[in-house]
Amino acid sequence: MERIPILRMGEYLLVTIQVDMHDRLAMTLQDDLTNRISETSAKGVLIDISSLEIVDSFIGRMLGNIASMSRVLDADTVVVGMRPAVAITLVELGMSLTGVRTALNVDAGMDLLRNSLDARKDALYGSRIH
Amino acid sequence: MATSTVNQNATLASIIQQRREAILAEWLREMSGATRRSDLMKESELQAQCGQFLDLLARASETGTNAQTAAYEPLREMLMDTSHVRAQKGFTPRETAMFVFSIKRPLFTAIREAHSKDAVAMAEQMWSMTELLDSLGLYTTEAYLKSREEVIRRQQEDMLELSTPVVKLWEGILALPLIGTLDSARTQIVMESLLEAIVQTNSRVAIIDITGVPTVDTVVAQHLLKTVTAARLMGADCIISGVRPQIAQTIVHLGINLLDVTTKATLSDAFGLAMQRAGFSFVRSDKKESKRDN
Repeated sequence: MERIPILRMGEYLLVTIQVDMHDRLAMTLQDDLTNRISETSAKGVLIDISSLEIVDSFIGRMLGNIASMSRVLDADTVVVGMRPAVAITLVELGMSLTGVRTALNVDAGMDLLRNSLDARKDALYGSRIH
Repeated sequence: MATSTVNQNATLASIIQQRREAILAEWLREMSGATRRSDLMKESELQAQCGQFLDLLARASETGTNAQTAAYEPLREMLMDTSHVRAQKGFTPRETAMFVFSIKRPLFTAIREAHSKDAVAMAEQMWSMTELLDSLGLYTTEAYLKSREEVIRRQQEDMLELSTPVVKLWEGILALPLIGTLDSARTQIVMESLLEAIVQTNSRVAIIDITGVPTVDTVVAQHLLKTVTAARLMGADCIISGVRPQIAQTIVHLGINLLDVTTKATLSDAFGLAMQRAGFSFVRSDKKESKRDN
């Protein structure tokens, strides 16, 4: 069965969607990703959708769900590389993906994850270090 | 009854064929009065058009005087073409329609001469001729309007393309100065060009300047919010600038929620904020100090 690979990079998980998503693939990804987050206790998830050309309301909701689930599992999620056409489609469908963080490309997304992780560590250990 | 109509129509065609030259000459003289535009169209061209019209009319009227039938198809096409050409050359609708209406007098003269003995047949034929010419004249006006609308539509399209420039202000900062009213079609193009530019220039901040937008109603605000949301989905921040006092009032009175969007009064304020977000800072070199140093 077709699967979307989930790569581990240190504290982060990297998901690159390079095929057109269909519903079952999205469900599998949701399963796999939540499992991997709890296995690896990842602190951040980066979903690259720069190759995704077609979205429907289901896939849009999936992206939102995956982000919410990761947050529950204590991992920040950034969706990067959304194409203009995809963004317009989602907005026209009335899905603004509130709560999902976005970035232009993988680089910017990694920066965002690192910064938010640093901020979390500061908030946690800041008082002891200083 | 049916045969008599056919006979009468056959006479109409034959009248035109027999007196073609006379009708043509009188028609041209008629037109040279009020509606002739020698500055826009050459005499020979008009003459050719009139001749063609007469020939087509004679051929078509052999089958009847209903302008909607298939027999009149070539005539209608010819009128469509001439109206189209006249609309482009700058004729007024009146001048264009008079091309058809001015043939009435010469044709009626010809009909009167042909039926000098039979008043009933003459009245009959004049009536059907009037109806036919009226409907052809109206058709001309319709075709004229259609081609004018075509011109307007094309100009609108041109304006759409001209009016949505996306400018790069700084590394990673784009600005989109909007001028004129925003409707759905235009917003779509604005949105697309902004998002494309964000991808191409790898920009993290986009400033939408609405100084040139005359009114902001709920629809326009909706469009703006859509654009901002789409940009956010791609990972870029949007700042709306150039909100004038009246527009601020309207937005609040209409109950539009712009709380999620950063708004600034002027483009320069927005630019300052954008630079800050992109991680740049300004240092003003003090003139007095630099003079002293020199």
